[in-house]
Amino acid sequence: MADDLAMASGQPAAPLGGTPVPDRAGPASDGAGPIPALAARGITKHFPGVVANSQVEFEVLPGEIHALLGENGAGKTTLCNVMTGLYRPDEGYVEVGGEPVRFHSPRDAHEAGIFMVHQHFRLVQPLTVAENMILGWSHERGMWFSPHRVEREIAKVAERFRMPIDPRAKIWQLSVGEQQRVEILKALYRGARILILDEPTTVLTSQEVTQLFSTLREMTATGTSVVFISHKLPEVLAVSDRVTVLRAGRAVGTLRTADTDARSLAHMMVGRDIVLTRRRKAPGDHIGEAVLGLEDVSATGDLGTPALVGVSLRVRAGEIVGVAGVAGNGQRELAEVIAGERPATSGTVTIAGMPQRGTPWEAIDAGLGYVPEERIGVGVAPGMTIADNLILKSYREDGHGLILHARQALQNAAELIERFAIAARGPKTLARELSGGNIQRLLLARELSGHPRALIAASPTRGLDVAATDTVHRLLAQSAGDGVGVLLISEDLDEILDLSDRIAVMYRGRVVGVVDRDDADVDRIGLMMAGVGS
Amino acid sequence: MIRFVARENVPRWLDFVVPLASVVLAMVVAGIMLAATGHNPLTTYQHIVQASLTQPGALSQTLVSMTPLMFTGLAAAVAFRMRLWNIGGEGQLYWGAIGAAGAGLYFHSLPGWLLIPLMMAAGLLAGTLWAAIPGVLRAYLNTNEILTTLMLNYVAANVMYYLIFDSTSYWRDLTSPSAKVFPQGKNLPAAASWPAFQVGSLTIPFGLIVAVGLAVLLWGMIRATRYGFEMRVLADSPAAGKYAGIRTRRKILSLMAISGGIAGLGGASQVGDFSHVLDPRGLEQAGFGYTGIVVAALARYNPLAVVVTSFFIGMLVNAGFALQGPGFPIGLTGTMEGILLFCVLGAEIFTRHRLEIRLPHARPKTQIPAPPVAVGPARGETS
Repeated sequence: MADDLAMASGQPAAPLGGTPVPDRAGPASDGAGPIPALAARGITKHFPGVVANSQVEFEVLPGEIHALLGENGAGKTTLCNVMTGLYRPDEGYVEVGGEPVRFHSPRDAHEAGIFMVHQHFRLVQPLTVAENMILGWSHERGMWFSPHRVEREIAKVAERFRMPIDPRAKIWQLSVGEQQRVEILKALYRGARILILDEPTTVLTSQEVTQLFSTLREMTATGTSVVFISHKLPEVLAVSDRVTVLRAGRAVGTLRTADTDARSLAHMMVGRDIVLTRRRKAPGDHIGEAVLGLEDVSATGDLGTPALVGVSLRVRAGEIVGVAGVAGNGQRELAEVIAGERPATSGTVTIAGMPQRGTPWEAIDAGLGYVPEERIGVGVAPGMTIADNLILKSYREDGHGLILHARQALQNAAELIERFAIAARGPKTLARELSGGNIQRLLLARELSGHPRALIAASPTRGLDVAATDTVHRLLAQSAGDGVGVLLISEDLDEILDLSDRIAVMYRGRVVGVVDRDDADVDRIGLMMAGVGS
Repeated sequence: MIRFVARENVPRWLDFVVPLASVVLAMVVAGIMLAATGHNPLTTYQHIVQASLTQPGALSQTLVSMTPLMFTGLAAAVAFRMRLWNIGGEGQLYWGAIGAAGAGLYFHSLPGWLLIPLMMAAGLLAGTLWAAIPGVLRAYLNTNEILTTLMLNYVAANVMYYLIFDSTSYWRDLTSPSAKVFPQGKNLPAAASWPAFQVGSLTIPFGLIVAVGLAVLLWGMIRATRYGFEMRVLADSPAAGKYAGIRTRRKILSLMAISGGIAGLGGASQVGDFSHVLDPRGLEQAGFGYTGIVVAALARYNPLAVVVTSFFIGMLVNAGFALQGPGFPIGLTGTMEGILLFCVLGAEIFTRHRLEIRLPHARPKTQIPAPPVAVGPARGETS
């Protein structure tokens, strides 16, 4: 193969794994402005029942951070998957450096210097950082690779971009932020000149976000281009040079970030004005007895280390208790212990007055609704239909005898699809065909229609767009209004402050303090989250 | 360059065309193999059709061949449907045969209408209990059921041989003149022979009717019952099943037991319908349990489709007996079975992928601007 020869013989990386397409529209080399490093020209991409991209035009200049803004399902990820060779466009083509190209696979895109860091990392957990970086890379042809050489080279790249990493660390030992750093370094190490980041900040703490942003600037200073996919307005405003807004598969416009503001971007994104901040009206009087109680609960994490240490917490009917904390301080384990998915090593959990022995079915029978952090594969069975997913918990009670009431389930699904505004073709649509926001609507539809006494919502808006986030917030507030005791676990402090009546702060497996909303002070909570004072 | 590209959406007609085309392909490939071994493929296929369908009595014989395969095929299909890899149908069938033969011998004075249900119950129970061993290990200790079920097949075979060859067990015939020459099992009383139904010239064994009824029942169970719903959830995402409050361990154990029970029933049918004696050699050579896995895989774990695929494999097995001779080793039909399985399962990739062919010379290089900064390893080094 010609490419391999070029690689092996020490040529600069020039070969491009793609065949030229007929020069139809003419590349943007007409003298006006700099040649874009990467461009999408009239990209149209259909999926069964949906137009994911329609005639999308998009350009990234060398050394620019270009944000791709849009709601979930607006077509951001699809566009990037087309530009990185994962999908082929139905119409239109991709240009690299002003030349039309046709990618047959991500490998072709890699050869052209285009790399994407996906929302879900593509790292092999038991392997080291160095091993992950060379994994599947055709540059390393032989049977053997020299770990020392690779480690040295990685250290060099890491230093250059000020992203410290231990090349010998195993992936599973790293935090999510560090894993992301590995993904970015992997791209840079393999010669990325255009880096596409899909919702890179969803998994990061605010400190890590700041660090990521300075890394990105470091990269663009050396001429690398960055495509930053996001639906978070403040981040887009903070980091990007230009913004392209996608709505319902169309590019609505490209603006210089300096010339715009959050309000007008939000308007472009949603197509209407939205209220960016809101406060739930205090429920005041109708707070009832405790529906969820933890008494001195301890539990261990996946690696056998203590994850919860003597946690005591009470949620009363009609109130929302927010659990704030930096990710990894026991929030996930807290939710799992209450839901009966993780055994408590000591202490008691009580749901609606029923002491729990720690099984999921007991918790469900006691009246616990649970929106798990991991929606696909836990909260929702992706290969099953909407109708099946909606009866995932209630199938045991409905009807009589052994038989499942399929028609009833379909009817029930049609109603819930309507009521919760799930965008789907029908009850028989597979859950995996839904966008993130609609999967969350599906989950909430099931949990809330089950009339829970207590509800755990774990990171319920993570990764959701503005409209879906709004729906989730409204539904949570509504169910608290209806007398459900809600435990809201979130890393988004604004969300917690907006919704909660009381806020519990977790640090290293302990509840380090519980404050009333009225006394809540962001700075104080921030310090508690960091383990300083209480 | 040829490569597979994942289809973004699967057209429905492919679900039918691909299996059919793969059977045709299998016939072509098997034809080449036949030709290479000096057999005319066309006349061989003609022989197969004659020996398994058109000759007088051939179809009835095919029904005989397919009956145990339908049991073991269903046993495998129902377990595999929930990603429970019970490949112990073989041993569970042996135990079913042991149980049914034991019941038939022990209750020899009872009339047939009582004795036959007792044999079925004994076969079912024996298979269930045998499958419960790996079921418990999997459910409570998370032991790999592929290994345990496979190993237990050999244990079951040894138990069966022990009963007839190496002991003076209840199953062994110690009195008849022929048994003094060669060890053999006791013959079951006439009342223990399962009935067969005559439709025109066709003989339908009772076991076949039971198996077809079972296939419909299992199909309905997976589709329309709560139990089947739980199976489908756990097949799709075990974590979602746990989250939804499904008692996963019970489900694994009970499904394993159901699967083993079906295989055991197959063993009972083999004794009651056909052999009327516990015959370790015959059962082991037939390998019904392993062939059942092929039947289930061809049916894509759909119980109704098992009826069709077991018929198909039954035809091949039956034709194999007829073709077998000095010029036609029995291994050849086994090879054809293998080719069929390979083609049908291998072709599944075509339902979800499409083949893309591009020629290497159609890839001229396009120059792109040199990297603004050379990041990456030194390229001079070769591995």
